[in-house]
Order: sequence, then C-alpha cells, then structure tokens
Amino acid sequence: MESSLGQPNFISVLFFVVFVVLTLGITYWAAKKTKTSSEFYAAGRSITGFQNGLALSGDFMSAASFLGISGMVALKGYDGIIYAVGWLVGWPALMFLLAEPLRNLGKYTFADVLAFRLKQKPIRIVASIGGILVTITYSIAQIVGSGKLINLMFGLPYELAVLIVGGVMLLYVLFGGMIATTWVQIIKACLLLFGVTLLVILSMAQFGFSLENLFSAVETKFGRTALEPGGFASSPIDSISLGLALMFGLLGLPHILMRFYTVPDAKEARKSVAYATTFIGYFYIIIPIVGFAAAVLIGREQIAGIDKGGNMAAALLAELLGGTPFLGFIAAVAFATILAVVAGLTLAAASTISHDLYFNVFTEGKATEDEQVSVAKKATVVFSIVSILLGILFKDQNVAFMVGLAFAIAASGNFPALFLSILWKNFSTAGGVFSILIGSISATLFIIFSPTVWVDVFKFDQAIFPLKNPAIVSMSLAFISAFIFSKLFPDENAAAKFESEKVRVYLGIGAE
Amino acid sequence: MKIKAHQLIESIEFKKLVRTRWTVSFVLLFFLFLNYYGFILIIALKKEWVTQKLGTGNYGLYAGASVILFSWLLTFLYVFWANKYYDQEVEVLKSKLESENR
Repeated sequence: MESSLGQPNFISVLFFVVFVVLTLGITYWAAKKTKTSSEFYAAGRSITGFQNGLALSGDFMSAASFLGISGMVALKGYDGIIYAVGWLVGWPALMFLLAEPLRNLGKYTFADVLAFRLKQKPIRIVASIGGILVTITYSIAQIVGSGKLINLMFGLPYELAVLIVGGVMLLYVLFGGMIATTWVQIIKACLLLFGVTLLVILSMAQFGFSLENLFSAVETKFGRTALEPGGFASSPIDSISLGLALMFGLLGLPHILMRFYTVPDAKEARKSVAYATTFIGYFYIIIPIVGFAAAVLIGREQIAGIDKGGNMAAALLAELLGGTPFLGFIAAVAFATILAVVAGLTLAAASTISHDLYFNVFTEGKATEDEQVSVAKKATVVFSIVSILLGILFKDQNVAFMVGLAFAIAASGNFPALFLSILWKNFSTAGGVFSILIGSISATLFIIFSPTVWVDVFKFDQAIFPLKNPAIVSMSLAFISAFIFSKLFPDENAAAKFESEKVRVYLGIGAE
Repeated sequence: MKIKAHQLIESIEFKKLVRTRWTVSFVLLFFLFLNYYGFILIIALKKEWVTQKLGTGNYGLYAGASVILFSWLLTFLYVFWANKYYDQEVEVLKSKLESENR
C-alpha cells in the first residue's frame, strides 16, 4: 500500500485548522467570563458531572494511549492489551479513595488538601516541587511525542510542530483558563471516541463483524503467539510495580486532581469519575481491535517501517479503510489530543505556581484576586516557554521513560501524602514533607538507575536498579518515611484539626 | 434537638458513617486489587490458563476486557451505594447541625 503519510495533506490540515479555530472561539468566549481566580483555576465550579467526566477522560486519554497502545497491540500482540488494562484500573481506586474528600477539602490544587491541617509553608513548597516535577516531565513527553508525530504525519519540521502546539496551548490557558481548557478537553474526548469507534466499525466490517474471524486472521498471519502474553510476563515483580505506578500514578497527577474542583460538590465529583470510567473503559476495550486489525490488514513490517514504535498503526489503518479524508481526520484528532493534554498540564503547573507558591507561601494569602490571576497568567507564559524549550532540547530522547517517570513520581511523591492526610490522624507536617521528598527523589533516582535509562539510554551493561518501574519500592519508601517522621516529629496542631477536617470530608460542610 | 459540629463528630451515627464509608471503599478496593493484580499474576505465573483456546481466540483475550468491565462495575457499585445510603445519611446528620455551623 502506498501511504500519503508524511506529506502535507490538505484535508488533515483543514480538520486541524477547524479544530483550532473552533476551540479558540471557545477560548474567546471563556476569556470574557474569566475574571476571578475561581473562574481561572476552577471554571467557577460550574461544570456538571457529565461534562467533567468527558473532560477527565480527555485529560487522561493522551496520544500515548491512542497511538501507542494500538501500535503496541499491532506489533507485539497480546502484551499491548495488558498495558491497556493497567491504564483503566486507577479510576475505581480514585473513586473509592480520593474523589469526594478531594472535592470537599480543596480549593484549586491538591496541595490545598495537604495544607488543610499541616503547616502551610513547608508543605506547599514541597507539594509544589512534586507537582511541578510531574507536570513538566509529562509535558515534555507529550511535546516530544507531538513533534515526532506531526513530523511523520504532515511532514512539518519538528521545531515548527512544537512551536504550534506550545503556542496554541498557551492561548487556551492564558485567555480562557479552566473554562476554555475544560471545553477543549470535552471536544477532544468526543472527537477521539468518535474517531476510534468509526475505525473499529470499519475494521470489523473487513472481518464480517466477528471477533472470531479477526482472531483467526491474526493467528494465520502471525501464529498463535500474537494472541498470547510474551515478554511482558517475564518478571512478575516488574509487572506488579508497573501496575502500581499506573494505578496510583493517576491518584497523584495534578492536572487530573484539579479537575475535581471544577464541579459544584462531592456528588458531582463522584458522577465525574463514573462517567470518566465509562468512557475510558470503553476506549481501552476497543483499542486492541484497532491494533489487531492494523497488524492483519497492513502488516507488521510496513507499520514498523514507518515508525519503529508502531505509533502510526492507527493512522495507516485509517488511510487504508477510509482513504485520505479519514487519515486526515485521525491525524487531526491525534494532534488535538496532544494539544489538549498539554493545555491541561500547563494549567495545573500555573495553578501550583500562583496559588500554592505565590498566593499561599510568598504573600501568605494576602494577594488580591487581580494579582492572583495576573501571576497565574505570567506563570502560564513561563511554564509554556520552558516546556517548549525543553521539548526542543529533548528532541532525540526516548519519551517512554519520561511518561514512566511522571507516573512513578505521582504515585510515590504525591499519592501517599495525600492519602495519609485524609485518613491518618497522626500524620504530621514533617511526615508529609519527607514522604513527598523521599518518594519523588527515590522514584527519580531509581528510574535513572533502571534498565530503561541506565542500559537503554546511557548504554551501560548492567542496570544498578533491577526493576523497569520503581513504584513498588519508591511508594513503600514514601509510606515508611511518612510513618517514621510523623512519629519522630508529631504535630499536635494537625492532630487537633483532624476533627474539623472530618466534618468537611464526610459531610461537605464548609467546602466551597 | 440541634447540636454543634464537635458534638456531631463524637456521635455514634457520625462514627458509624465514617466507618461504613471506609469499609465499603476498602472492600471494593480489595476486589479491584484481586481483579487486576490477579490478572497480572496469572499472566506471569500461570500463563497456560490464559492461553487456553476459547473459539479462535483464548481466555486471556476475553479476560483483559473482563478486568476492565469488572473495574467499571465496581465503580458503579460504589456510586449506587453512595447515592442510596451515604448521601441520605449525610443529609440526616446535616439536618441535626445548628444552622450557624452550616
């Protein structure tokens, strides 16, 4: 099959321009509504559970899930499915453990929850470090991915692609704040779900709408092993550790957690997670079909020939089944996906800088509304420029380890402290500070010493840390240090406030 | 009779509410762990279970989708419980509070 991938394609550019113009129109509309800090950070708490569920799924279904997992299934068969399953299971955990308390305790960022009864300054500074580390590594991974993707799809130069993504995302966040970002996510989630559904329907039509036929076609072409677990299963501890990072990483991702402040109350927060789980679950159940169909209809060699990681499997399949217009549509959806996720991350980082660091630490809560919004906007500009520059700098780096790093830090640095501050009365400021620091630092160091970086990037023979994902060790370290430092340096004030925290957590009294 | 917030926290009803909330959460979380890490461990240690044929596919292919489906069901079980029981209890407790504390 001759593919027109890599050439500037009129239809895909058109689809993309329509998306950008439409969403910038929303940004213009949102800009007029975004005056106060509550509107900037939390969309005035006016988002419904259903809308927020879509926006949450938009924030979570990155291009890595869409292109990466379908590509993994296409090239490696069953192992891609194991990975897809891991991406969903964090959502029920988020519902059971954090969704309602988070909404009832916080205002704009997850650090609000920690700072509710612990000492403001140290805890906010440390929580900001954890939060920004996660958002910056996740952003770089997305930006580098987008540059390569656009390079492959449209033939645009890498740097230009990064500038376009960075520039448009800056406009969304700068002028429209959370209202615009939410609507960008909602549109993107709908486009993505629609695009993948169409791709699955067209693929299944080739196999008489029968999974049996699809599986037997895979077996005929690639043998039985394509339908069976392969290398993924070789180390159970590594698989469990990756599972922990995927599951609890979600519970520490700042741009996901801050979405809970956009809904009016805990009941809507609960509904958000229910809707998000539905959309995301549906997506991960059907995405392997795209991968298998691509492997059969296009062939592994052709897919790998265009991109070693298989990231173009979905795009090639779209072109085969729907011609250039469908390729254009899927390419534009992939671009929109990256743009939306990066906008969400930028907003999360800007909120941390302006709300946690500037407002609560630097001015000790004395800044006016106007000052807060203005600092948030400046932080947005700085964060965007830094991530664009880092995106260009990291051009040739393997992005897989940066996504792994973001999830490992989120699971080990942010989640344990958040969880204990809600549930454990004797959790102290020192416990929180050390839990976040030790969790984030150990996760980072272990990733650097792991086979993914030490062997694959630095080309050493032997990794110092044996696991590919450190979550099982670094999360344990974070919990242990939280316990030890809370016992060594108890915080009577924090323990006393635990009671008033309870009224708020369980009954929602006093929550904004 | 209306009571103050700190009295409410000491009340048996409130303590029961908190206990029930976390019991439900942790029981559901336990099933989530069993479901997901069970799946991972079976693939790692008992691979022959998932490679057994089922039609032209095998058990593992449907197991992956089932793990997602079961996680989704657990989420909705929680919502069902929260709407049916938790929210009602919260309303009852809130109505007992003195109005100045609301």
